[in-house]
Amino acid sequence: MIDLQGYGPRLLEGAMVTLELALLSLVLAVVLGLLTASAKLSRNRAIHAIGTLYTTLIRGVPDLVLMMLLFYGGQIGINMLTDQLYDAFDIDIFINVDAFIAGVITIGLIFGAYMGETFRGAFQSVEEGQMEAARAYGMSPWLAFRRVRFPLMMRHALPGIGNNWMVLLKTTALVSIIGLTDMVRVAAEATKATHEPFLFMLPVAGIYLLIASLSEWGFAKLSKRYSTGFGEASEWTN
Amino acid sequence: MDQLNAWFTQLLAGNAIFTANTLGFYWNGLVTTVQLVFLCLLLGIVLAVPLAIGRGSKRPWIKWPIYAYTYVFRGTPLLIQLYLVYYGVVFFNGIQDTIFWEVFKDAFYPALIAFTLNTAAYTTEIFRGAIKNTAKGEIEAARAYGMSKGLMMRRIILPSAFRRALPAYGNEVIFMLHASAVASVVTIMDLTGAAYYVYARFYAPFPAFIFVALIYLCLTFSIMFVFRQMEKRLLAHLRPRGA
Repeated sequence: MIDLQGYGPRLLEGAMVTLELALLSLVLAVVLGLLTASAKLSRNRAIHAIGTLYTTLIRGVPDLVLMMLLFYGGQIGINMLTDQLYDAFDIDIFINVDAFIAGVITIGLIFGAYMGETFRGAFQSVEEGQMEAARAYGMSPWLAFRRVRFPLMMRHALPGIGNNWMVLLKTTALVSIIGLTDMVRVAAEATKATHEPFLFMLPVAGIYLLIASLSEWGFAKLSKRYSTGFGEASEWTN
Repeated sequence: MDQLNAWFTQLLAGNAIFTANTLGFYWNGLVTTVQLVFLCLLLGIVLAVPLAIGRGSKRPWIKWPIYAYTYVFRGTPLLIQLYLVYYGVVFFNGIQDTIFWEVFKDAFYPALIAFTLNTAAYTTEIFRGAIKNTAKGEIEAARAYGMSKGLMMRRIILPSAFRRALPAYGNEVIFMLHASAVASVVTIMDLTGAAYYVYARFYAPFPAFIFVALIYLCLTFSIMFVFRQMEKRLLAHLRPRGA
């Protein structure tokens, strides 16, 4: 095990926090993104407006400001809410905002907006004829979504999801500012204690590059899978 | 000025948080943020144009180092790059005794260096993509006129590449504005730094951060508006007919 003046194991723990945070936020972002895309494609004006407001607001404000707002404001907001509950119904609860969960919710909320834009464009590029064919086969709406619309949509969405994931991964570094012990925070603390920035920051940068390279490879594989049936066609026409 | 002051005082009367004092903080933060972002974008373009041309070179010893540079700077968080430059300078043995300390004791310059290197990496890739997508006919026409390589780059390839890069570059400008918020971490009093100060002073997260979010939102919309106008003018020849 690389020791790094005793900080090695803690740095590794921090790397695990970064990875868990990134993956959990990605799941939340994809779910929120799908919801946002359906909201923006909805014919209902109010739902459409909510979707647009969400994506515009989130994409117009820095991640760090949103993170600080939700993190520092979240606890106070929840306290105000529980106080109201206590006054109104005599229910006495205390909810402590966990830094990790707050981080997941914030990053998921931010990237849900970006994912929403990606999914919206992807859903729009699915040919309607494909869905008509599915309906003609007598598929129920859910089955048609699962077997036809979703896989076809994913082919268009994958490059965007890949990009968003890379940005999301780098954004997780910001949680170190609001007090979560990810690998950036460990490295920053170690740097301040030992006055050796390169010894700690360079390995952390290396881990980010490693995750990014691995994901690039993974997304290339996935994109091959979702392009099944399209690659050959383009080879014929060319 | 006195009138303005009186009007302000009246407007802010009965408001505990947004006094003239804290608004001054926000104003200074705005100035710092705009300066930082504008300077790093300017320096970033100056660096990115030669790098983008070199990135398309056939010589491996030019091409690969540039590729490695953009890969590393685009693959790691800006915060890490900022820490590396900031702490790398501050903890550099003996720098306090040299003439450079006068420049570097202010965190502004390390932050400017980190931001410039970061945005230059992204801008290089944007320009490189635009250069690569130059229509073959344009290059053939330039060659038919007997233009040298340098002249062709200057008169034909770069002007048309800049236009095509405009939408992507607009996104990069907005991205940089938002990314500049991390400057507050290394003691710079930018917009986010000012908001954090107000939050800590009054323990009022909602007014402090929502106010600064609105300022960022205004800045973002202004940048988007400017780029949309520029695109309208400069990309007019690419619009479909009748549109």
